[in-house]
Amino acid sequence: MSNGNHRGFLLEGVRKFGASAIFLLQILGQCIPALGRPRLVVFQIYNTGARSLIIIMLAGLFVGMVLGLQGFTLLQRFGSEEALGSAAAIGLLKELGPVITALLFAGRAGTALTSEIGLMRATDQLVAMEIMAVDPLRYVVAPRFIGGIISMPLLAGIFSLVGLYGAQLVGVQLMGVDQGSFWSQMQSSLQLRDVTEGIVKSLVFGVTCSLIAVNEGYHAAPTAAGVGLATTRTVVASSVLTLLLDLILTAMFLK
Amino acid sequence: MVVAVRDVHYAVDGRPIFAGVDLQARRGRITAIMGPSGTGKTTLLRLITAQIPADRGQVVVFGNDLARLKQQEIYGVRQRMGMLFQNGALLTDMSVFENVAFPVREHTDLPESLIRILVLTKLEAVGLRGAAYLMPSELSGGMARRVALARAIVMDPELLIYDEPFVGLDPISMGVIQRLIKQMNTVLGITSIVVSHDVHELSAIADESYLLEAGRVSAGGKPQELLQSELPAVRQFMTGSAEGPVRFHYPASDYTEQLLASEAR
Repeated sequence: MSNGNHRGFLLEGVRKFGASAIFLLQILGQCIPALGRPRLVVFQIYNTGARSLIIIMLAGLFVGMVLGLQGFTLLQRFGSEEALGSAAAIGLLKELGPVITALLFAGRAGTALTSEIGLMRATDQLVAMEIMAVDPLRYVVAPRFIGGIISMPLLAGIFSLVGLYGAQLVGVQLMGVDQGSFWSQMQSSLQLRDVTEGIVKSLVFGVTCSLIAVNEGYHAAPTAAGVGLATTRTVVASSVLTLLLDLILTAMFLK
Repeated sequence: MVVAVRDVHYAVDGRPIFAGVDLQARRGRITAIMGPSGTGKTTLLRLITAQIPADRGQVVVFGNDLARLKQQEIYGVRQRMGMLFQNGALLTDMSVFENVAFPVREHTDLPESLIRILVLTKLEAVGLRGAAYLMPSELSGGMARRVALARAIVMDPELLIYDEPFVGLDPISMGVIQRLIKQMNTVLGITSIVVSHDVHELSAIADESYLLEAGRVSAGGKPQELLQSELPAVRQFMTGSAEGPVRFHYPASDYTEQLLASEAR
């Protein structure tokens, strides 16, 4: 890639970041009026949160079970299988819960938000609202954005809880780790800041994934290919940014 | 004067769409804006509804220069107008009833019982009271457009804008829509702007007509005057002839040369 291409790529990145920041400010300006319509927000929590529950719980169960298997095998080498509970809890609450939930959220709820808003744009529904003097940012975008932010930490919490159950299922029920040790080790080693870290991460990922989803949908080209491309961009950008932000947040919490 | 477009210039990516358009829509009249496909009729409606700003010139609606208005003031102007979109643009996750009730719920605090009466009255006016609880996906194109018309008039607007209301309709639906436009105008006294290229349907109901061509208004006046015009471009459009100053073909290189060329383009 030549210098010119590098510069163009960088400028495009800065332009997109700036446009997203302005869009975020516009949405934030509409969040308080949107909260005055709780029915819309509650429906979006159901839409993005409740409808993602099955995939989140299934993924949480499988990830927890794998964690139980791998953790048990590793800890057994050092004769400390009892620490499986704390290893699984810390791994799930601080890392796997928020990150995998965000990736699944982007794939399930994020794509649904982008394609829904994009199709509304393509079929003139957003323009029709503007002509009816109804701001689509307030009526369509802000409730979905708020719904996503509220749903993400709740889904991450459910993921971690189901994951712990999965780890316990494998570690205690299958591998024979002592149940008392599993839970007591977890209780003694887990600190409030571990839980806080998970909540902060899931909130940040919630804002990021929801913003990307509504932004891509709202600015999608009003064609079938445009909506498809916007949906793809939602998954790619949300996944990459989630992993990058996870690295940054983890480093910040380690300080 | 409800709408006045004065010397409006507008370009997209450097390609001029309008180069000095002037036209007016008078109170209580039906104003037809006609022109071949691609002359910017829908773009003109987007300018009048303040969806896009003009590069130069003035668009005045209800005495307000749209370029000087803030977003909130633009919403105020839009509350006095209704628009019928080419595809209806109904909100797909709401029933017919909810679609028509939508602007009322958004802009008023009327009790549910009153909203019900208001919506059913408007649906009755377009002959679709029986379809109140259908979803938009269950409607035909003509029905969707009539529901959209009911939604456009539910707030009793002073100005109604129709974007290609006759496109793709069967003769019965076309006749019904044509009669409804006339009724809205005569019974409710609504000022109407109708954009279309259906010359005969429009000429039968319009009080004034404008013909857009090559980025300007090439002719304006009563529909009968346009039908009898001797101007070549106007004659060509009104009679639907392929021969004349309005080009049917998009500018292209030599036909034979392109066919014989080895490259794909």
